[in-house]
Amino acid sequence: MKSVLGDKRAIAILLGPALLVYTLVTMLPVLWSFGLTFFKGNPLQGFEFNGIANYQKLLGDSYVHDAFWFTIKYAIFTSIGQVVLGYGLALLYMFVLKKSSTLVRTLVFFPVVLPTVAISLLYQKLFQSAPNDGLINELLVNVGLSNVDWLGAGNSAFIVIVIMDIWRSMGFYGVLLFSGLLDIPEDIIESARIDGARAWSLFRHIILPMSLPILFASIIFSVNGTVKVFDSVFALTAGGPGNQTTPLTLYMYRTAFQFSDYGYGSTIALLLTIICLLITLVLFRSSRRDNTL
Amino acid sequence: MTTTPNAPDLRMAPRYASTNPVVKLLKRVPSTITILVLVLLTAYPLFWMVINSLKGKSDFLDNPSYALPEVWVWENYTKAWEVGNLATTITNSVIVTIPSLILIVILGTAAGFALEVMVFKRRGGVLLYVLAGIMIPGQMIILPLFTTFYNIGLVGSLTPLIIIYTAGGLPLTIFMMATYFRAIPREVFEASTLDGANILRSFASVGFPMVRNAIFTVAIVQFFLIWNDLLIALIFAGQRKLNTIQVGLLNFSGEYGAIDYGPLFAAIVITVGGILVLYLFLNQRIMKGLSAGAVKG
Repeated sequence: MKSVLGDKRAIAILLGPALLVYTLVTMLPVLWSFGLTFFKGNPLQGFEFNGIANYQKLLGDSYVHDAFWFTIKYAIFTSIGQVVLGYGLALLYMFVLKKSSTLVRTLVFFPVVLPTVAISLLYQKLFQSAPNDGLINELLVNVGLSNVDWLGAGNSAFIVIVIMDIWRSMGFYGVLLFSGLLDIPEDIIESARIDGARAWSLFRHIILPMSLPILFASIIFSVNGTVKVFDSVFALTAGGPGNQTTPLTLYMYRTAFQFSDYGYGSTIALLLTIICLLITLVLFRSSRRDNTL
Repeated sequence: MTTTPNAPDLRMAPRYASTNPVVKLLKRVPSTITILVLVLLTAYPLFWMVINSLKGKSDFLDNPSYALPEVWVWENYTKAWEVGNLATTITNSVIVTIPSLILIVILGTAAGFALEVMVFKRRGGVLLYVLAGIMIPGQMIILPLFTTFYNIGLVGSLTPLIIIYTAGGLPLTIFMMATYFRAIPREVFEASTLDGANILRSFASVGFPMVRNAIFTVAIVQFFLIWNDLLIALIFAGQRKLNTIQVGLLNFSGEYGAIDYGPLFAAIVITVGGILVLYLFLNQRIMKGLSAGAVKG
């Protein structure tokens, strides 16, 4: 019987096309990009070998340092916000709203599917300060505070981006973590309660430890997404003011498509890829260790 | 995926729950407030967007943004549709999305089937090779792709987008499909090949139909990833006639948004509205599908 499922020709026909497309359009370009890091130039003007100059430039480039720290800062704040608020939502769905949670869940999830560009433009208007105030400044003024030029300064623009990306995706993490909570066997919770566990200790000793695997999965997924942030920053602030909200992804885009330096652009992309790889490995290992506890 | 839409009733309320109706009512206050805040946080910005899409120029300057329109300017929508080039951009997005989805589903399902049901050496290695693709940022592949498509003269058409989206969607799809096929006993496929039909036939006539629901889920996940993409579209659909809906909206905002807000809001509403209609019909499937994609990714 093994021979039917081991039919080499069939395997080639089924697997071949997908592997071919994937290899040609994803894996080969990765290697090619790596090769480009040793060159200077672009396809229109041609390329010129320049050894490890791009790497030296990368280490000394203050824009790369800024973009790197912006990326890390953004990833930390946004991922914590997404997972913590998502977990809060999941607990709310599970233990407070119970069966009536479907409606709230469905509503809070809606922004997840909306186009980032549309949401970014909406947030530009919500946080607008000139020529006239947007909704947020109107609220601030109405409660007696002064209005803020949100997108006019790096720090406040950072806050707007983080708020927007948390607002956009907390419903997603809510549903994801909720599905994890549903997997906790009911009789474990029930027997802990019979033993006299109150809400807090039930959460601390049963619910939290048992939802750790799905929490780690969420963190990995979230960080993997936030480190690659591009759309929301590009559409909301375009990296500004100055370069104060420019993540590595956007700096790479600028380098390649505005300054036409494919070699240096690839070097920045490589840095980004290594960061993604390292974060995934580190988080994955730490989650492994915790699961075996 | 073991998600079930309805939560088991766990009765987490303290066991010494009072029977006094006033106390009972008071206990519900915090959760009611939480729900109201959540609903307000999600729905109000969207409502605000709709009322602002119906305002005239002077209305924006003279009145607070949360006020209802003085005069309801429905022309904002016709303006948005024409000046915003929406007919073209929506058509382009559809032209790109549908072939990509079809290719992703066919190639991904076949590969998932091969990786999970078929027996061969280095299966694990191939799966790992495919999974690596999920981590790779778009920035790491676009420059060689742009160079190649430029050299073979495909820049200036929508074909590069279809090719890149197809390849980009494959890793997650293959992985998800492999997990779905794992739930079907191999004997099903062995039995269907007993009467001489080869395994390719039994994939097409037995395997494919059995994972119809999973295919639908995968297609939903990929639909949103492709429809909402900005990076690849910026690079390959920058020309006005090629603009996808996201690039078109961004350009419209850049050229026109600072002059007259109404039509910009209207364009945003149209973009969001299309997705809303889809979401109204498919919300449970969408929520399940997207979270399944995350766990398996």
